[in-house]
Amino acid sequence: MTTLRDLAHRPPPADPLTLTTARVHEAEGPGRRSFALFQTLRHPGAVLWVLPAHEPQRPMLRGLPEGLSERLLLLTPKSETDLLWCVEEALRAAPVGLVIAEPQQVLSLTAGRRLQLAAEVGRTTGLMLIREGQGSSATHTRWRCAPTPATSADSTLHHWSLNKNKKGTLGQWVVNWHGASAAFNLVPEAGKRCQPAEPTR
Amino acid sequence: MALADARAICPDLSTRPADLAHEAAALASLRRWASRYAPMVASDGTDGLMADITGVAHLFGGEAELQGDLHARLDRAGLSVTSAIAGTRGAAYALARHGGGIIADGALAQGVDRLPVSSLRIDHATAEALTRMGLSQLGALIAQPRAPLARRFGPALVLRLDQLLGHQPEPVAAGAEPPHFGVRMTLPDPIGLQSDVMAGLARLLDRLCATLAQHHHGARRLRLELHRVDHATAQVEIGLARPMRDPLRMAALFAKGVDEVDAGFGIDAMRLSAPITEPMPPEQIGSGPAVRHEDALADLVSRLGNRIGFDRVLRMQPADSKIPERSFQLVAAAWSEPVAVPPRHGPTRPLTLFPPEPVSHASGHPPAQFRWRRMRFTTLRAHGPERIAPEWWFDDPAWRTGLRDYWRIETREGPRLWLFHTPQAPDWPAPAGAQNWCVQGEFA
Repeated sequence: MTTLRDLAHRPPPADPLTLTTARVHEAEGPGRRSFALFQTLRHPGAVLWVLPAHEPQRPMLRGLPEGLSERLLLLTPKSETDLLWCVEEALRAAPVGLVIAEPQQVLSLTAGRRLQLAAEVGRTTGLMLIREGQGSSATHTRWRCAPTPATSADSTLHHWSLNKNKKGTLGQWVVNWHGASAAFNLVPEAGKRCQPAEPTR
Repeated sequence: MALADARAICPDLSTRPADLAHEAAALASLRRWASRYAPMVASDGTDGLMADITGVAHLFGGEAELQGDLHARLDRAGLSVTSAIAGTRGAAYALARHGGGIIADGALAQGVDRLPVSSLRIDHATAEALTRMGLSQLGALIAQPRAPLARRFGPALVLRLDQLLGHQPEPVAAGAEPPHFGVRMTLPDPIGLQSDVMAGLARLLDRLCATLAQHHHGARRLRLELHRVDHATAQVEIGLARPMRDPLRMAALFAKGVDEVDAGFGIDAMRLSAPITEPMPPEQIGSGPAVRHEDALADLVSRLGNRIGFDRVLRMQPADSKIPERSFQLVAAAWSEPVAVPPRHGPTRPLTLFPPEPVSHASGHPPAQFRWRRMRFTTLRAHGPERIAPEWWFDDPAWRTGLRDYWRIETREGPRLWLFHTPQAPDWPAPAGAQNWCVQGEFA
């Protein structure tokens, strides 16, 4: 006996930039930190940013998106092992919404799979900011992020392309997001529409 | 006597500033030790102790033997003291500060009659006036009629006199002992299994948490000492992200430390103490998901802090400074609360900040082309400048180059960088080409 689906209250289709919850994702490229901060606005709950103690590039409080600083915790472990341990422990914890980590070395398949399992247990999303070409095959999606020069002065364009996706299609988007709030809009490429045109009547 | 006068009399005088805090601490520990002689021991002023030895002296063989025992022990410890035993608190105070000794029962007035009136715990002016009247010794004062004394010097003098002679009661008010948060367990046979240690720890934690709950305190730091058979001691210490007295959650944090302990030939005693505690009044638990969420987050911070150190689990807090590096500070999350950031105003700030990195091959002002991190950039748009002056009251080596003019540079290559120029710094020689431009941050 199966229950009938409630077609009237179907969940709205997720927009393409949503990260699947309870999975670990990867982002690479020069704009990966912007992408991570963009994702913090889409995950309620505490945000943990794990970065090595010697990493000089750190988030700046007054430049962060609104409302993020109260729920952001920075972890600065000394060694790579401690970093991965912190990520796993944070992924297992229920009150954490998003875990951002900057590993310095290539994640082995074992490590990547362990993180996936931890994320599934804790229902927490993880986002690894990796260096170019250091991706792990256990990742759910991999994004390549780069800032793009804007055509007009009031837009802040990002080119985010989805290079790997375990459940879904690949794609690339140019996003206009100014970094202060969750508002964004997808910029259609020249000569193309972002949404299907209205059918002619 | 003033120090200058003393130096004038004896130029070779060696002086040292008084360390009042240390002295008070030493007196407090002496007070704890002195409780071996009496159940009630109170500190008396900054330099004395007062013990109520009613019904105690016969245990030592008499008052003289008790005093002898006290002096012998303190001599061995290197302390020189004077002590007195008398029927009233006032008499003992007076005698202890003027020679010491024992006043036999019933001979109170005779025992104190040679002592000066200043030993009566009265203010200096009264003592001076009494001496000027010729009443320099207590015996003479006691012999005076009371009514004129009270009329002339007020009731305080008569009260002190009554207390000295025992007409007014004056009990020894010993302060309450601060609660001691420590429990111990001695084992009949040495143990060496991790599960045994954890079982023992669970029992100790139950007892400690009961004590904590009784005093409405919560532990912030716990220390487990494991005494081995060969008299070596192993220590496991954990920190907690907030005051807590939940045995199960504490025991989980000990697991890793206990795992690393070397048991040697076995452990035969365990001691658990809470060196740092904080008040933790009882509160209603389980009131909604918000409280559970906070609990879980504090547990996570405890777990993380015990592995990587509590100074590495950080929170950002706004600080009142225009200097980018000091406009926020990183504080330990376990010892701080989240603070809301004031709303944004003024020029935008970058998302990430790093120590200034000089650019090379810059041309123009702002630079139309430059190289940074071995990449070549061409400026598309430049917003600025925003001038930030160094804080003159704070000597920061990074800001010795003077003013900074900050620019938001959008490059044709994509990155939006936060560059600054230091107009006051001397220009480098032209071949090096870096005309005092540095990158300090990256925008979204």
